[in-house]
Parts: sequence; C-alpha cells; structure tokens
Amino acid sequence: MANTTAVIPVLECKNVNISYYTRAGEIPAVVDFNLTVMPGESIGIVGESGCGKSTVALAIMNYMGKNGRVKSGQILFNGRDLQAMSEDELRSIRGSQISMVYQEPMASLNPSMKIGEQLMEVPLYHEDVTQAEAKQRSLDMLAAVKLPDPQRIMDAYPHQISGGQQQRVVIAMALLSKPALLLLDEPTTALDVTVEAGIVQLIKEISSQFGTSMIYISHNLGLILETCDRITVMYSGEAVETGSVQAVFNEMRHPYTRGLFASIPLPGTNKNSRPLVPIRGQLPLPQNRPQGCYFGPRCDFFQAGCCDQEAGISMRPVLHEVRHEVRCERFEAIDWQSYHPEGLSGEQAEIGQVVLEVKHMKKYYELSDSSLMAFIKGKKVQYVKANEDINLLAREAETVAIVGESGCGKTTFAKVLMGLEEATEGQVILNGLELGHTPVQQRKAQTVALLQMVFQNPFDTLNPSHTVGSQIARVIKKFDVESDPEKVNQRVLELLDLVKLPRDFALRRPRQLSGGQKQRIGIARAFAGNPAVVVADEPVSALDVSVQAAVTGLLTDIQRNLKTTLLFISHDLSVVRYVSDRIVVMYLGRIMEQGTTDEIFNPPYHPYTEALLSAVPIADTSVKKRHIVLEGELPSPVNPPSGCPFQTRCPRKIGAICETQLPSLQQTATGHAILCHIPMTELNLVEQVIQMDAA
Amino acid sequence: MTTQVKLETNEIPQRESGFKRFFKALILMRESPIGMVGLVLILFWVVMAVIAPLLPLYDPNAIMLPFQKIGAAAPDGGTFWLGTDHKGRDILSRIIWGAQKVLVWATFATLVAYIVGMLMGVVAGYLGGWADEAVSFIANVFLSFPFIILCIIIVATLGASGWTIVVAVTFASAPQIMRIVRGLVLDLKTRDYIFAAQTRGESPWYIMLVELLPNARGPLIVDACLRLGYTVVAIATLGFLGLGLPPPDPDWGLMIKEAVPLGAFAGHSMYLPAAALASLILGFNLLADGLREVSLRD
Amino acid sequence: MIVLAAKRLVAMLLIMLVVSFILFSLFEADKMAVAGKVLGPYSSVEQRELWLSQNGYDAPFLTRYAAWMGKAVTGNFGDSLQYKVPVSELLVDRLQNTGILTLVFFIILIPVSLTLGVLAGMKEGSFQDRAISVVSVLTTSIPEFATATFLTGLFVYTWHLLPGTSSMTNGFSWKELILPVMVLVIYDFGYVTRMTRASMAEVMTSQYIRTAILKGLPYKRVIMRHALRNALIAPFTVIVLQLNWLLSGLVVVEVFFAYKGFGTLLLDAALFGDIYVIEACVMVAVFIAVFSQFISDIGYTLLNPRIRFS
Repeated sequence: MANTTAVIPVLECKNVNISYYTRAGEIPAVVDFNLTVMPGESIGIVGESGCGKSTVALAIMNYMGKNGRVKSGQILFNGRDLQAMSEDELRSIRGSQISMVYQEPMASLNPSMKIGEQLMEVPLYHEDVTQAEAKQRSLDMLAAVKLPDPQRIMDAYPHQISGGQQQRVVIAMALLSKPALLLLDEPTTALDVTVEAGIVQLIKEISSQFGTSMIYISHNLGLILETCDRITVMYSGEAVETGSVQAVFNEMRHPYTRGLFASIPLPGTNKNSRPLVPIRGQLPLPQNRPQGCYFGPRCDFFQAGCCDQEAGISMRPVLHEVRHEVRCERFEAIDWQSYHPEGLSGEQAEIGQVVLEVKHMKKYYELSDSSLMAFIKGKKVQYVKANEDINLLAREAETVAIVGESGCGKTTFAKVLMGLEEATEGQVILNGLELGHTPVQQRKAQTVALLQMVFQNPFDTLNPSHTVGSQIARVIKKFDVESDPEKVNQRVLELLDLVKLPRDFALRRPRQLSGGQKQRIGIARAFAGNPAVVVADEPVSALDVSVQAAVTGLLTDIQRNLKTTLLFISHDLSVVRYVSDRIVVMYLGRIMEQGTTDEIFNPPYHPYTEALLSAVPIADTSVKKRHIVLEGELPSPVNPPSGCPFQTRCPRKIGAICETQLPSLQQTATGHAILCHIPMTELNLVEQVIQMDAA
Repeated sequence: MTTQVKLETNEIPQRESGFKRFFKALILMRESPIGMVGLVLILFWVVMAVIAPLLPLYDPNAIMLPFQKIGAAAPDGGTFWLGTDHKGRDILSRIIWGAQKVLVWATFATLVAYIVGMLMGVVAGYLGGWADEAVSFIANVFLSFPFIILCIIIVATLGASGWTIVVAVTFASAPQIMRIVRGLVLDLKTRDYIFAAQTRGESPWYIMLVELLPNARGPLIVDACLRLGYTVVAIATLGFLGLGLPPPDPDWGLMIKEAVPLGAFAGHSMYLPAAALASLILGFNLLADGLREVSLRD
Repeated sequence: MIVLAAKRLVAMLLIMLVVSFILFSLFEADKMAVAGKVLGPYSSVEQRELWLSQNGYDAPFLTRYAAWMGKAVTGNFGDSLQYKVPVSELLVDRLQNTGILTLVFFIILIPVSLTLGVLAGMKEGSFQDRAISVVSVLTTSIPEFATATFLTGLFVYTWHLLPGTSSMTNGFSWKELILPVMVLVIYDFGYVTRMTRASMAEVMTSQYIRTAILKGLPYKRVIMRHALRNALIAPFTVIVLQLNWLLSGLVVVEVFFAYKGFGTLLLDAALFGDIYVIEACVMVAVFIAVFSQFISDIGYTLLNPRIRFS
C-alpha cells in the first residue's frame, strides 16, 4: 500500500480515454488524459470549443449521458475509482464531495422551485440535519457568497434575480456541503464583464476560505491566470501542455500554446505594428484527426517522420522543471528566438474626412405596461431610453469602437444607423446626408450600400436555405454594383478571394461552413456594395480564440485597404484596444467617455471606464492590474437611476450631486470627453489600471 | 495590397438535382424504422389509387349479389376477393376507388389550406402590429369552432361535394397552420440574416417569401404530413355523418356507416373499410414521427 | 393578471358576436328553405311567403338579428323548427347527457395519459418509452368511428357483452356509457400521452435536472420534485384544450351510438337546417372553446412562476 503519510491527490485521472458512441460510430472525445489535483490546488483547463474540456468535467462527475463512456483509464477521487462505484455511492459523493458550477446559471436552476428549497436540499439529502439547520446553513452560505439580503433570495424564484446573483446562488449550492473538489465549467462566460469580475473575485477567495480544490474550465487564458495555480492546455481531445501557471505563461513549450497566446490581443499588440498571429488551418473533427501529433498540420515545426509517427505522441516532462509536461516530440529542438511568424498587418491608413456624424441622437422605445396598477392610473406607456444624447464622429479609414455591457444601448445605436429604427431626436449624417429619420426602405440603394453591417452570431448571419454565392450575389444586384449575371458571378468569386475562402464555397450551404468561415462570408457580404461605413456588431465574440484573431485581422485588413470607416461594437476591451483608433464607452444609453485609444486606456478615466478596464482578464504575467469590483447590479434601462446613470455603482461617487444632477461633459482640445462630476484635473491623478512591467 | 485577387477559375461542383436530393431524403428515412413503415403504408395506398383504372376490378357501383363472404365466387366466374356489401357491390373495388377519392381530395384540400395558412401566418408573424391583430382575430374566430362542427355547418350551407370539403378543410385548417407559421416566423425573424436583408432594404414580401418561409419548411413538412392524416379523417368522418362525397361514389366513411347496423352478420363489410382508413392514417402519423425523428438528429 | 382576464373575456364576447352574425346571415340567404322545412316539402311558394311574413321575417335583417341577440342573451334562443319546442329546453337536456359522458371521459383520461406519458418520457429510448409511444400512435391513428366499429364488432356482435346503442331509452344505464367512453379515451389518450412524454423528455434533458442529479439527490426526488412540476405544465394546457377537440369527437361518438347528447342534436339540426338550434349549439361550442382557451392560459400562468411573477 501507498505510504499513509503522503498526501493523496484529491483527484487523479490516469490515462483516461473517453468516447461517444453514435450512429456514425465511435467518436473519441478525450484521449490519454492525465490530471492530478492536490488538496487545495486549483487547476485550470483551457482549450477551444470541441477540445474535450467539458467532457472531462462530466466524466469526473460520472455523468456522461446515454452514449458517452470512459473507455479506458481511471478517474480516482481520494484514491477510489469513480467508474467502479455503484449509483448509491456516486449519489453520496455528488453534490457533497464533488460539486459543480455551470455555464448558464439561469438554466441550471429549477425555474419552478424557490431558491431556498433548492439550496436546503443539499444538506437535507447529504447530511442528517433538521429543516431549521438546513435553512440556517443556506442563509449563511448565501451571505458568504456576498449576496445582499439572503432571506429575500431564499424566497425568490430563480428568474427574479439577476444573472450574476444566480451564479452566486449556484456557487453557494455547490459549496454548501463543503466539497473536497469544485468543478467550474465556464462559470462567467454568460455574464457581463463587470459582473464577471465580481464572480472571479469570489472564486479566488473560495480555496483560501474553504480549502476546496478546484478545476476551472475556461476558454479564457486571462481568467485561468487570475484564478488558478496550475494549467492544462487541451487541443483536440488531448492535453498538450501542463504545468504551473507561471511556467506555462512565461515559457510555453508547445507550439499550440504558443499559437494560442500569439492570437489573443494582449496589451502591447497593435494591428499596425505588432499584429496578432492566427493559427492557420482548422481544428480537425474527432473522426479526422491526423496520425501522430493532432496539431501537426497546423504547426510550423512539423517534421515528417517525427511528428506523424503511428504510435502517437506522448506527454514528456520538461527538464529541470517541476510538473511541467509537453506533448511534443520536438519542443526542445524549437528555437523560439528566431521564430517570427508573419501576422496580418499593414501600414496605418491615412485617416481622412468625416464620413459619419451623429448629433444629439436620442432613441426612446415605448413600452406598454399591462399591469392593473398602470391601467388604473392611466399611465400605460413607459419609455425605455435606449439612447440618450449620442454624439459621435467617424472619419474615413478610421476604426471607432463602441464599448459597453448589455443594456448600454450599443445595439439600438446600430439599428438607428442602419435605418431599422428611427431616431426619436437628433441627426445621423452620412456623407452630408441626413438619415436619422429615414427608414432603410426609403433610402436610395446607393445610400443603403454605403452603410452595411457585420453581425454577431455566425450561426444565423447567413440564411440556411440559400447558397453562400446566391446570398452575396443578391447584395451585388440589390445595390446595382453589377447586373449582368456573368459579371455578378465574377464579383462573387472576387469577394470570396477577398475574404480568403476557396471559390467553390459559392455553391455551399451555410451549414457546411465553420463559424469562422460563415463570419468571413458575412464580411464579404458587407463589403459587396463598396460601403463607406461598416458597422461590426461583436463580429468575433462567438468565435474561438484562434479564429477570432484571423477574422479580426481579415476585417481590419480589408477595411484598411478599402479605406472604409469601421464602427466596431464590442464588450471586449482587449479586442477593442487592438483594433480601434478611437473608443466610445457607453453605459445605460449614454456615452460616458470617448477619446482616442490611448486616451481611454490612460488616466484620466471615467470611473466606469476604470472599472471596465480593471475587469478585463489579461493573460500576461508581466501585467499588473488594479482590482476594482463594482457593487450592485446593472440597473434596467426602463428605470435608470436619477442624476448620473453610473451613480448606483460608482466607487468614486462624491456625494448628493451625483444622485441629483446629470454631470456636464468635460472635454479636452483633442476631443477626449468625460461625463462626470469629478473635475478632469482630479481624474488625471488616478493611477494606471493596467501596468506593463518595465522588464 | 495584401488582398490581391486571383482570377483563375477553379472547378465548381454542380448542385445536385431536386430528384437526387429527394432520393437522398428517402434514404435518410431508412434510419427511422417507424417512418419507413409509415412510408410503405402510404405508398401502398398511393400506388393502389394510381393504378385503380388498370386493375381488373368490378365497377364499384355495380349492383351484384349482396352479402357475399370474403373470396366468394362471382356469378360471372370471377371472385369477390373481399366479398360484397348489403347492396351487392364489390368491396375490394369500392375500397380501392375510395382510396383514390380520399387521397385526391385530401391532398388538394390540404394544399389549399396550406397556401392560405402560410400566407396568413407569415404576414401576421412578420408584419406584426395591426396586421397580426386582424389575422389572428380571424383565425381565432374559426379556431373557436370545433373542427367537425365547422365542417358540418359549411356542408349544411353549401351542400355536399368535393369542393365543399376543400372549403371546409381550408376554413378549419388554415387558422391552425397560420398559428404554426406565425410562431415559426416570430422566432426566425429575430435572426441576423433577416436583419441583413432589412439593412439592404429588401421589401417585406421578399423577406417573407424568400428569406423566411424556406427556413420554416422543416417543421412544416412534418405538420403537413400529420395534417394530411387529419384531412383524411375529416373527409371520412363527414362521409360517416352523411355529409361527405355524395353517393353512390365510394367513400370509406359512408361504407362504414352503412355496414355497421348489419355488422352482426356481415362483419367484414364494416371491418375492411375501417381497417383501410386506419392503415392510411397510421401511415401519415408514422411518417410524420419518422420525419421528426430524422430531422431532429441532424 | 386581471387585465389579461378582462381582455380575454372581451375577446370571447367579440368572437361569439361575430360567429353568431355570420351564422345568422348564412341562413338568411336561404329563408325560403327554412319555411319549406317547417311547412313541409309540398307547401307552395305563397304559403311559404305567408309563413315568413307571419313569423316576422319581413323585418329588416339587422333588426331581427338584434331581436334574436337580445333574447339569446337572456337564454331564450327561440323555438326549434324541427321539434317545435324552445331551444333552451332541448339544449339543457342534451348538455346534461354530454356532460356526464365528458366527465367520465376526463376521469379516466387524465390519470391514464399522464402516468403513461411520464413513464415514457422519464427514460427516453427505453423499452417502456418505445412500447407506450407505439401504442399511443396506433390508437390516435384510428379515427373515432373506426375504433367504434372495431369495438362494436367485438363487444356487441362477437362477445355480446355490451349494447350496440346508447340511446338510454329506459333511463340512465352505465352499461350503455362504456363503449362511448372507451372510444373517446382510446382515441384521445394517445395525444395527451405523447404531449406529456415530449414535455417530460424535454425536462429530463434540461440543465436543471442535471444540476439536481449532480447535487446527489435520490432519483425519486429528482423525478417527483424537480421534473414533474415543470413537465406537467404543457400537458395541463393540452388537456384543457382537449375540451375543444372533444366536441368534434363527441359528435361522431354520439351519432355512432345514438347517444342523445349535444352532438346528435347539432348534427340533426344541421341536416334539417334548424337554424335556431344550430345557432344555440354553436354558441355553446364557441363558448366552450374560447373559455377552455382562457382557462388554459390562466392555468399556464398560475403554474409557471416565471410568468406569474413578472
């Protein structure tokens, strides 16, 4: 037997292979997976979609569904094999010794049960406690996860609290029985950035407060850096690199890990001088994995005979380092110093004349209130102030980013620009033509062509019923670019070349394309009518990290060459910092701050911008960041706070004036504008949020 | 320029023909045994209906020996394979010709109902506002009639004929189709490709007919299959109530109605048309189930 | 909530108004036929016209409609042309009979179909699921009068266990109620079962059931407390809406078994052209349809906390 004094790992995965068995045959989801979690340790598993990271979590829970099975290997929990356990044994472990936090808090809670009952179940069914005791413990735990007014939460149904609060409830539920191991599967992906920051803060405190070991699954390297001690990078079902966070982040060894880091916009990257380097090619489907190294076909260091051996590649330790392993045959041979892959870059295009001007634009929606009270009072209509007093300039070849969280009005703003909604007040001027009150159908074809859009969701940006080519052709014909069928066809093929897709894609249906490819088609469609302004609404947020880099690069590249103005709407400040020349920060329908990228990322900050910058997880160990966690929830735009919209959550609130008066706009000569009561001179003294290490 | 345009033409694969894709869809059905059984049942009746004029059958309305048992010899030396009814008409012939009648009218009536219902649904769902209110109110008026009662009233007013059945089925089914299409459209119209069409200034009709409707086809094909079944039931039920296709044309519902009182000594003349009817409707229901199963898989 | 109820009620009244108007004008086009029905096929045109004017048919259409409306609101639907008695008398009697049939039907249908549906949906793809699904698709595929034909053949002609007609001429008889109820249940349970199954199966794949299982709760608790409540919301609305469907089935079943209920009354009236009976019957049918819709909406709201508290 093992030495009893040695510390037993909480969890150990030994050579685990997991497969799904479908009609199409066996699909190996996870291959040769090893993982050791020591008590109190937190381990991050990172990888792109389809890499098998969630499958690992479900296998640990032994909850694989009908057709999934651990084919070989062992998953040991405190030294006992989970696969060998009976249903009863499993049940006694689930929720009490291993518990899990899920990606979508709303869907993970039972909609028709009060939160109190859902929480109390955990101690009631795992320990011999009374109702009163279970209730008290639930209340205490809700307080421990920093939920205000636990009694009210206990009596609420899940839909009555916000997304951030729901996730805190799920975390509380997971911690109620003091588990030895906590699995977190993308716990903040569905949340807004500032809400995410609060949850991440909470997760960081868990292990110190409760001594729980954690496995944190995420696609975001920055979040792993903030929360974990160790990291395992997965690619196509395999762990390709594992080690301490410091070791992997500072000296990554596997070419895929390198590629991943090179394709995320870290501070210091820039579209002109230090561009992102996308990983070429595509993630192979599990059925089509190459022989040997699965990353081989996408790797610049691939060597036939070595990397494609039939036996496959196994994990090998890095010499002179502790618990740092790499699944690469050649990692010692690679000379990273002399490796300088070429990214998509080009000269900064010259910024020209003003193309688009928005002046004091307002958009109010009417909301009919059908409650009895409203009926009696005769006040049936409420206004949602989706956009208030929007002022904005965009010049030729310039990229202007609009940043904000959900409900900030950025999507409404795009709709007004596109003519899908009419502005309530104010003007939208494009090339000298007033458009704010002209719905798209009354605009001339040439005007419509001047202003086009790239949409967020690659899965419904294209009509699934029509071929890719016919959808692009329709735009060309609609905008009178060409009318001769032969020429239209030619133009379609040219556009496919423009977005670097093979020409035979013209005859494909959208479902035969990957997410990134669909988004490329979306870009081709937007540029088909030679637009002056393209509005891109979160064009890459639904894509995988390595694909994001390629699509972002492509978009900025085309925009630069065609001297198009790009309005880039996003919630992700890292991407925004990378692509944009100027940034507009919105909160609850108002512009809180706008200025050049440098102005936004350096003091003076608007307190909201400051919090937003602090909330962005950064995957760079040399970057120091101040942590600012906002209190409270995002207010609803139906019922915005009085005075300054940000006053309910502002850490720098100066007093009653914030609650009663809307601040006046403070503007510098360069156009940097801040909507705040605190004088610019005072804001100037605020410390940098993100500091790059001098070294 | 980093984005240079290459102008060589590369091979472009041809799109498969409609027939080939239909054939592929049939092969896909193989994966659902239930759907296969349904398809076989339907095809059996369709083939019977099509080749009815070519089969060596007695005239369905010819009056010969009444109450003949299954397989009894006919006076002209032939055989009454399924016997004869109380008036001495050949049951086999009446069932096969009845299949033709019910299939033709059911298909036609469902088609008309679908055209009306889809137009109503796409208009209500996409345009919304008062157009939705108006169309939905009309639909609600007709939906508040129970199906058969609406049919009875229409037949009682217009008189019994195939065309009346078409009208009745349209009035009864179109509002239901409208509701389904409206629901689908309400979901589909929030998709980005609809916004894309709107932002390039497409007309509402283009968006409704070209962008929206083709994407609703999956659930609608399943529903159409079920609805064909309902329509067959409706036609047979009207026949049973004496409101269907006017006699002496063979009608399954009417055959059952006439045979039941005499079921004590001529059971086969009531069981056989009932079984024929049940098998056809079962076919539609099973095929719909199979289609749903297959469509959910991919 | 109250506003919703009020809106629904107004919509219902509006629909009934429109329907009654359409019906009234439909039969208006055929006044002569009405007179013919009353006076017999051999009456002369003059006799018919005289009857029409004597019975106030000369008054303008809208006036007569308004007059009928006024009386109908108080429950007086006029006299039946066929039976020469007040429609309301006929209707009350027939509705009572149909009510009994419906009640017994629901008492059997609800427990049977919900239990089967839950059992099938609990484990999708299991043997019990497949068996229940196949049986329910089979039974729903056979229209009521075909089921009735087979059952009559077996229970009446072959085994001589039950009476073939249910006219209840010698007073109420449970024995005569068995076949009609059986036919209705066999035809309808499949639909509700399939609905329940689909709803249960969907709930079982939901993330909150995964949460409940991974919380380490016993399977029984997962099903009874977490799944059932959510899974039964959809079937509840379907069952209430069955009332509307049921009316169609009732006509057929009542006619088949000569049961003296609402359905036979309506069919007889339609075949005869007994306009006031038709009007009254349709008003009742529309009322039931719209009212059941209303109940199902309210029930859905009450059962669903997500809607109840928003």
